[in-house]
Amino acid sequence: MRIDLNGASYETAAPTLADLIVETGVEAAAVATALNGRFVPCAARASTPLTQGAKVELLAPMQGG
Amino acid sequence: MFYGTDLNTRLMLGTAQYPSPEVLRAAISASGAEVITVSLRREGPGGTGFRDILQDSGCRILPNTAGCHTVREAVTTAHMARELFGTPWIKLEVIGHADTLQPDPFALVEAARILCAEGFDVFPYTTEDLIVGEKLIEAGCRVLMPWGAPIGSGQGLRNIGGLRAMRAHFPQVPLVIDAGIGAPSQAMLAMELGFDAVLLNTAVAKALDPVTMARAFAQAITAGRLAREAGLMPARDMAQASTPVFGMAELLA
Repeated sequence: MRIDLNGASYETAAPTLADLIVETGVEAAAVATALNGRFVPCAARASTPLTQGAKVELLAPMQGG
Repeated sequence: MFYGTDLNTRLMLGTAQYPSPEVLRAAISASGAEVITVSLRREGPGGTGFRDILQDSGCRILPNTAGCHTVREAVTTAHMARELFGTPWIKLEVIGHADTLQPDPFALVEAARILCAEGFDVFPYTTEDLIVGEKLIEAGCRVLMPWGAPIGSGQGLRNIGGLRAMRAHFPQVPLVIDAGIGAPSQAMLAMELGFDAVLLNTAVAKALDPVTMARAFAQAITAGRLAREAGLMPARDMAQASTPVFGMAELLA
């Protein structure tokens, strides 16, 4: 299925948000996740299914003022 | 001082726009800051190095909601920050206009109400408006962070009278000047006016020598705080001789 990952189109077979993170190789504890504009806590990623067109954000600590 | 946390240093430092990670690391150290602000952005290269800097600094992390224009964006960002940084502290920015970066006070109060109810310790980036300040306190905020001038403008305290009135209006509320500070003298003035701390970023990061500028700000803020505690003399319209007239010789021939 095709999803939107951090603003870019992304093809994935990952059934859940947790699987997607494994697939991308991102360190799971180093990011916070949101699905369709809603925060998904770390513990809920494995039970959060992805669907066609889902908008996923993987956010990390960055410089800020 | 801030949600039960006492700080020895009254400078809070932003971590953006430094010429290199090494300079950022040295500037944090030179500033003596115990609180540094960070943001949440899309995962990309270089993240590990930044996380190490945060960890090594030993500073308390104050995540921001920079760039959020709506209540929902800000609340979601706060949720994500709380998990990622393991802190209830959140610097709440809800921007009303992309050009002026002026806070949207209506959305700010609404987002603050939601986050305070969820147990966040909210540091709202606001204006010097007293009524907005009161609404934020009602919403559960225990700190207010009025701007000195628009973010990144370096103009200093643009409305000194308004800020003075805010200090007088909220004698028990910790007040932090957030944004707009360009020079150590401006930060010192904020402290002389009785503000509890200063949060700044660009003035240090964009200095020719950020590490030395961080030290300059630290000293200015310490001096301003001392001056406030010492009690400034009232200004006068007219001159008043400081040397006594008594005992002066008659030397006119």
